[in-house]
Amino acid sequence: MLRMIIRRLVSGVAVLFVVAVITFLMLYISAGDVGRRILGDQASEEAVAAKNTELGLDEPVLERMGDWFSSALRGDFGKSWFTNEPVVDAIMNRLDVTLVMVFVSITIIAVVATVAGITAAVRRGWADRAVQIASIGGSALPGFVIGVVLINFFAVQRGWFPAVSRIVPGASVGDWVNSLTLPIIALVINGAANAAAQIRSAFIKQLEMDYVRTLRSRGISEREILFKHVLRSAAPAGLTVLSLQFIGLLGGVVVIESIFAIAGMGRLAVDATTQGDLPIVMGVVMYTVAIVIIVNLAVDIANGWLNPKVRAR
Amino acid sequence: MNTTTDELLQVDDLVVTYAGKGMFAKGVEILHGVSLRIGRGETLGLVGESGCGKTTLGRAVLGLAPVTGGRIEFGGKDISHATRKERQALSRDLQVVFQDPYTSLNPAMTIGDILSEPLGIQGITGADARQRVRTLLDRVHMPVDAMDRVPREFSGGQRQRIAIARALALEPKLIVCDEPVSALDLSTQARVLDLLLEIQENIGVSYLFISHDLDVVRHISHRVSVMYAGEIVEDGDATKVTTDPDHPYTRRLLLASPVPDPDRQAARREERLAHTAAMGFEVA
Amino acid sequence: MSENVTTSEPASPEAGQSGTVVRPNLVRRLLKNPLGMAAAVIIGLAVLAAILAPLIATHDPNTASLTDVLIGPGENGHWLGTDSAGRDIYSRLVWGARVTLLSGALAASVGIVLGLPTGLIAGYFGGKFDGVASWLVNVLLSLPGIMVLLAVRAATGPSVWISMIVLGVLFAPGFYRLTRTAVQSVRNELYVDAARVAGLSDARIIARHILSVVRAPVIIQASMVAGLSISIQSALEFLGLGDPLVPTWGAMVGDGFRNIYRQALNLVWPMLALAVIIGGFVLLGNALRDALEDLEKVKAKHRTDTSARGSLGSAPPVEAGTEGILLKVSDLGVGYPQSDGTIKKVVDDVSFEVNRNEVVGIVGESGSGKSQTAFTILGLLPDNAVVTGGSIQFDGNYTVALGDDRVPQSRLVELRGKRISYIPQEPMSNLDPAFTIGSQLVRPMVKVLGISKDEAKQRAIDLLASVGIPDPPRTMAAYPHEVSGGMAQRVLIAGAFSCDPDLIIADEPTTALDVTVQAEVLDVLRELQDRVGLGVVMVTHNFGVVADICDRVVVMQDGRVVEQGAVRQILRDPREQYTKMLLDSTLEDKEPLTRLLVDAGEGSA
Repeated sequence: MLRMIIRRLVSGVAVLFVVAVITFLMLYISAGDVGRRILGDQASEEAVAAKNTELGLDEPVLERMGDWFSSALRGDFGKSWFTNEPVVDAIMNRLDVTLVMVFVSITIIAVVATVAGITAAVRRGWADRAVQIASIGGSALPGFVIGVVLINFFAVQRGWFPAVSRIVPGASVGDWVNSLTLPIIALVINGAANAAAQIRSAFIKQLEMDYVRTLRSRGISEREILFKHVLRSAAPAGLTVLSLQFIGLLGGVVVIESIFAIAGMGRLAVDATTQGDLPIVMGVVMYTVAIVIIVNLAVDIANGWLNPKVRAR
Repeated sequence: MNTTTDELLQVDDLVVTYAGKGMFAKGVEILHGVSLRIGRGETLGLVGESGCGKTTLGRAVLGLAPVTGGRIEFGGKDISHATRKERQALSRDLQVVFQDPYTSLNPAMTIGDILSEPLGIQGITGADARQRVRTLLDRVHMPVDAMDRVPREFSGGQRQRIAIARALALEPKLIVCDEPVSALDLSTQARVLDLLLEIQENIGVSYLFISHDLDVVRHISHRVSVMYAGEIVEDGDATKVTTDPDHPYTRRLLLASPVPDPDRQAARREERLAHTAAMGFEVA
Repeated sequence: MSENVTTSEPASPEAGQSGTVVRPNLVRRLLKNPLGMAAAVIIGLAVLAAILAPLIATHDPNTASLTDVLIGPGENGHWLGTDSAGRDIYSRLVWGARVTLLSGALAASVGIVLGLPTGLIAGYFGGKFDGVASWLVNVLLSLPGIMVLLAVRAATGPSVWISMIVLGVLFAPGFYRLTRTAVQSVRNELYVDAARVAGLSDARIIARHILSVVRAPVIIQASMVAGLSISIQSALEFLGLGDPLVPTWGAMVGDGFRNIYRQALNLVWPMLALAVIIGGFVLLGNALRDALEDLEKVKAKHRTDTSARGSLGSAPPVEAGTEGILLKVSDLGVGYPQSDGTIKKVVDDVSFEVNRNEVVGIVGESGSGKSQTAFTILGLLPDNAVVTGGSIQFDGNYTVALGDDRVPQSRLVELRGKRISYIPQEPMSNLDPAFTIGSQLVRPMVKVLGISKDEAKQRAIDLLASVGIPDPPRTMAAYPHEVSGGMAQRVLIAGAFSCDPDLIIADEPTTALDVTVQAEVLDVLRELQDRVGLGVVMVTHNFGVVADICDRVVVMQDGRVVEQGAVRQILRDPREQYTKMLLDSTLEDKEPLTRLLVDAGEGSA
């Protein structure tokens, strides 16, 4: 088990490194005239050249990448080209909203999808059909369309919720709840629909196992079979489904934050992309991938623990 | 019983080792120096329990398992490490019938395509091939219209007949039969065994007949080799080995297979318990 | 041995099912499904609109007009009105279909081009390539797609095509995994081995035997991926990150959203278009999968019905004089409803009795209904099974009374595990891999016998010793994967005896075992049965097993009882032709190298 964890950690660091190299090269090789973009059309050639030198853009790409890595290892991801705000600060200031949305959403998705998936698998009949139809419908609608519909209906027309996030530093809990309700609903609909269908099939697969019939023949109650044996065996599949949903949510917040004008990491990413603020883009990519790697590691450990063949080692 | 002078298949000191998983893992040696020979028109029964290596031996002969020591000679030629090209030529004379008739036929192909595939490799196509397929189906007592159907339309016994027809397509000299009847019902098993005997009478093919069932092996073989833990522990005349064996393991196998009569079975059980007590075999 | 009880679907009788020919025709099945038809129509119409865009558009999609900004539908010749730049919405929708479909197709194609061949190679050859490719795939899968697209957009500027190629790369792992798994599952199929023996080259084996297995799942995945790509691509355009010169539905939603207070209707058209086309692809994928599963239904399993269906009311008293019989099955019929409304009977008019201290063998070939009969007694039939007639009484009470059309679970729940227990065929698959053997033995005893955990543990250790397990405490602590098949079967036998049942239903309990292990397991079974004097129903196809352990025999064929009687009478002097034929098929005591059956070779096997 310990060896598995160590192997996964090493592999995670390797992934982070590879992603960093690729992203850095991709971003900076095709960066173009950055000084001109920052200073605008009116700036003189000299000023632009000076800006480029200041940003170190006249140095070879590989050298710059080396510099970036050596400061990144010390926790310094550079500064925004446009606001001069350190990248780490810019991200950390916005990370809390994003993480709250993502973790609340994944929790709701986990509960809703598990309940719906199990009900569909066990009851079959109309419950099953309802879950299947809902999951097709839910996964057919793009997240941003759901977001736009929600905002139009509940914020613009009814005014039940704010159309623009009220989350600012020092905002009250009520503001947080009010501002995040619709975005989280938008995120959950997609994810839950997808996950429910997959959890359903994982459960059905386990229910058809021979040992379930044998447990029944031993006088074990249906409830115990379901919640002790089948749930346990279907859990690894379910966790994997949820970890993929989690990765999806990190992408989903980018769009949702823009729709609901939430100042989170996703919004930061969109703005930086539009402006061409490469240090920020680089930083956001690194943070997101790191979060994904940590979550995947946690899922691997949980799955390893659930599997006696792995746990023994 | 056929007496033969020249051997068709000769296996000497065969060692098969599967590479271990992972970079530094040690390989697993399945066969530890196995020798056997089969004459023309002869059936050698190879009997043993699961995991003893009997299937691996068959696969090594067919080139499906890695030969790491010893040699396999077929028709006087060393085929231990035959290339794919040589195998292609060899497939004319050396064929196979597998255990599971449900996975040994490609579910997406028609019976006609399945049977003409080996013909196509040897350059027989078109009308010639169709005529051959018809003859083959007839030989295994299947209707000609089976040609245009797919495997799932047939029962296990029928599929096994088709697999036998595929093996016969190129009129081979040796067919490796890997547990060909163990997935079949009793009466179907009897029909397939009858068919194999009939084919041998007609075209003089040799069989390497691999099975876990001593009764099946006794019925179909001229000679029998008994395998245990990757080695051959006893071989000789089929009736002798399967009714009055010398080796304690063969004896144990014989006494463990139940006979369909209560009183004789009770006697055999007593004999087995006495034998086990004397030999002190541990529980499996 | 071919009676596979895990597939409860009645096996087809020998020589049957050759009449109707059902060709696997995916397309026809797809179109027969209303959802599949709808999906095909939607996508077909979108393709048509995309091709005909220059003809059916009324305006140039990019011509702005400052005078006609955000006007409503029908005004000034703009059927659906105009956007914030005064561009015609209808024409933009039509042209947008082009970009939308092409982008979906591009992403899916890139995914297939990258994922399919690599998956084929990794799955077929394995080795180093597989290791490297699988690691890369894990890297790609841990990237959040939209973030990557943002980074690419930041690097290369707005381009639908570049972002779709990148998206295709991100989807390649899906195709890779799908292909690799499919290939691995067929790589070791015997028909691939047969092709190797025939001397087929690897390239031809892949082309002929392997590609066909991957094709359908890849098409399904492609459909899903196309929908997903469109969804992600339009999200990017919605955010304003797309090419402003290319009319797209995503950008139109964005424009409508920014002007939501002035012309909310502008939101509706592109959103509708997106929802319909993405829904079309998702539906197509689902319908394709259903069509495919339909083809495989032959081997589909059914779940066991354990819902509390069936009348709760007390059953009528049994016929006087039969109260003492342990198990009495009378005129039992069991069937499965077919799609044409008829019921296919798998057990028909079956009657037999089992007394205490008696082992009754049920013998027959696959499809004889012997296992179905056993599962009816246990009440563990698949949930679509119906009782078509007859009754079952256990120790003086009906478990299935005349007129019940299902096995009433309320009655069986009281008996199962307590008075009637079960020994399955496959030792390994019948133990839960996630729990120790000890806990799987102890729990039923605690529950059924109401004894303490420690007491149950002691009992389990004693039981394991009595079934011949050398070191019971160690086996108790082991997980199922740590013991051999023979050991696992002993554990299951110990489990069946653990709660002092009166009747044991053993379904081919030695079929999966080697003969030497079979003999030992039968010894254990006989000894325990002798000691506690219970009744046993022994389902088997092996006359040797019957001779070894049974007192009486019931011979079944095609769901009916052919004959029954004392074991010596049936084995030595069978009355029925079918029993004679079965006994003729046994090999013990036959002249070697001679034909077994006189009527052999009439194409009937």
